[in-house]
Amino acid sequence: MKPGEGSSVAVRPRAGAGWVVRWGLIGFTVAFMGVFILVPVVNIFWQAFSGGLGKYAQAFYVSPPLPGVEGAEADKLADLAENAAQNRAAIGMTLFVAAIVVPLNALFGIAAAWWTTKFKVRGQSLLLTLIDVPFSVSPVIAGLVFVLLFGAQGYLRGPLQDLGNSWGQTLFLGGLVRGLVYTGTHIIFNWPGVVLATCFVTFPFVARELIPVLQAQGSDEEQAAVSLGANGWQMFYRVTLVNIKWGLIYGVILCNARAMGEFGAVNVVSGNVRGANVTVPLRIQQLYEDFNLPGAFALATLLAALAVVTLILKAVLEKRVEKAT
Amino acid sequence: MSIVVAGLVKNFGDFRALDHVSVEARAGELTALLGPSGSGKTTLLRIIAGLEFADAGTVGLEGEDTTDKGVRERQVGFVFQHYALFRHMTIFENIAFGLRVRKRPREEVEERVRELLRLIQLEKLDGRYPSELSGGQRQRVALARALAARPKVLLLDEPFGALDAKVRKELRRWLRRLHDEIHVTSLFVTHDQEEALEVADRVVVMNRGRIEQVGAPAEVYRHPANRFVAGFIGEGNFVEGRVVAVADGWARLDTPFGTLVASAGTTPPAVGANVSACIRPEAIRFDAAPAGAPNVLHGRLCRTVYQGEVAQHELALATAASGAPVEWKAFELNPVVGTDRAGEEVTFWMTPENVILV
Repeated sequence: MKPGEGSSVAVRPRAGAGWVVRWGLIGFTVAFMGVFILVPVVNIFWQAFSGGLGKYAQAFYVSPPLPGVEGAEADKLADLAENAAQNRAAIGMTLFVAAIVVPLNALFGIAAAWWTTKFKVRGQSLLLTLIDVPFSVSPVIAGLVFVLLFGAQGYLRGPLQDLGNSWGQTLFLGGLVRGLVYTGTHIIFNWPGVVLATCFVTFPFVARELIPVLQAQGSDEEQAAVSLGANGWQMFYRVTLVNIKWGLIYGVILCNARAMGEFGAVNVVSGNVRGANVTVPLRIQQLYEDFNLPGAFALATLLAALAVVTLILKAVLEKRVEKAT
Repeated sequence: MSIVVAGLVKNFGDFRALDHVSVEARAGELTALLGPSGSGKTTLLRIIAGLEFADAGTVGLEGEDTTDKGVRERQVGFVFQHYALFRHMTIFENIAFGLRVRKRPREEVEERVRELLRLIQLEKLDGRYPSELSGGQRQRVALARALAARPKVLLLDEPFGALDAKVRKELRRWLRRLHDEIHVTSLFVTHDQEEALEVADRVVVMNRGRIEQVGAPAEVYRHPANRFVAGFIGEGNFVEGRVVAVADGWARLDTPFGTLVASAGTTPPAVGANVSACIRPEAIRFDAAPAGAPNVLHGRLCRTVYQGEVAQHELALATAASGAPVEWKAFELNPVVGTDRAGEEVTFWMTPENVILV
């Protein structure tokens, strides 16, 4: 039944008790959403703009004092400029990580969904379970696991060094591995760690979204495409990809929102060093600890805006996905 | 452009879907693969198409061995039971797909698709999407799509299976006329014997992964090779008997209902052989038999189902040896059934050519 098609008739309350239950539930829901969602979001924007637009803008850019100018005013200006530069670095880092993680997980999600739905292979249910692991493991634990694997005393550090040594002479990859391990450029407490942790935490989103879509569509159209002379790529590009388009975009948007907002796992692997490998959520915490509330709330508005945009897109896309299946 | 398969074997786990199947679909003919579900007919079709591969045996299309070729290289047109149209493409683009992936020039694609739209009588609907079409229209589009790249053979998997009875009848007549026009070698799978008899030039009857009989519709109906074919295509009343004499193409049988005279067929049975005879329900006549006619039997009407053009009778026949009466089915065309005739004693007969040895 479509919403509103007959449900209001079927559950139409008689005067009296029904009215109380109905408005009681509606009131409770509205009050709950107001207290736990609306008020905090409004508060973020309220706090961020409480000092005026100028103050808000200062979180993102302050021109440093002119050379030669000294004194307390200039020192304060230099501090503000440094602060803003670190905020911008955090925004850059978040965008950089998302730019790597989201395409990777989109590819992985398509591959996993394709494999588990179009073929009947042993081990499928195991893979389906594994895909869900990031949902069931606390992100902090995930971060710690990466530290244990790749950190200074990590289990994989020795093998990685050996790998770097043995491949180092000939292969580009060997050079890369060696570079990561030796030259002080490590995986942990560095951007590769942040990317790894974010990848791990966000990888179910696309796959989980696509699996039911692919399952509902079956493989008839793919078979038809091949029987009409399409090669594997043509079949995927012209038939499958178009059919899963909306589901894919939907999954990517959710994946992106989580990748940009992830705190726990990234906090562990980044080392939380000031000015280095700090993403927006980490930077917000740093500002908060420095009692720089206007700065913290100014950055928080970015994440809040991301959430709102994501919600709107989600609502629009959900309809499209429903139509396609 | 014939299809020749030889010694095909296909197992799904412990289940043997095809058991050494060898059959030929002649060039330019419309051949039906007829059998109950699980008989292996769809598996056979999919192996011919290259959508599945056999464990043993060969597939030849137009004299060329295509056993190990993939579906792309075989140049077959395949029509799926549930259409499998591309839901996000217009009717035009659906039909054009096979030409587009082969990178044919734009003008050629346009011309060919227009031609096919005319052929399936859906010229006005080229801009619609599959979801906006009726089932019959969708299946016509699927057929046009399969024909677009001029396949060597056309394979149809239960093409009318998902349609309601009326549309199914219209569409199969249309398919027959279409085939008379384009003469592409075609093989179609069906479990509906009426459909197979009506549409096909030749019928291949399958059961449990084996081929039971191959022949023209009249041949498989009038001269079923065995009891399975006789029972699956149409209905039959079976009687066991012993051959007591063979002469002039007739065989005289000794049966529990007395002596019956049957058509001996092309390979007459030996005298003394135990045989089965099949009598079609519609061959049983209730009018007065001419004097001296053979095959006159007596029975009692158990039940009559009146269906307008035909009445289906259930007859109980007493056997010569004492035992439970045997039930036969009889169809009476243009029946006059007004009152309850259950329990009535009737006399009926059939001509010797309608007593078929199987």
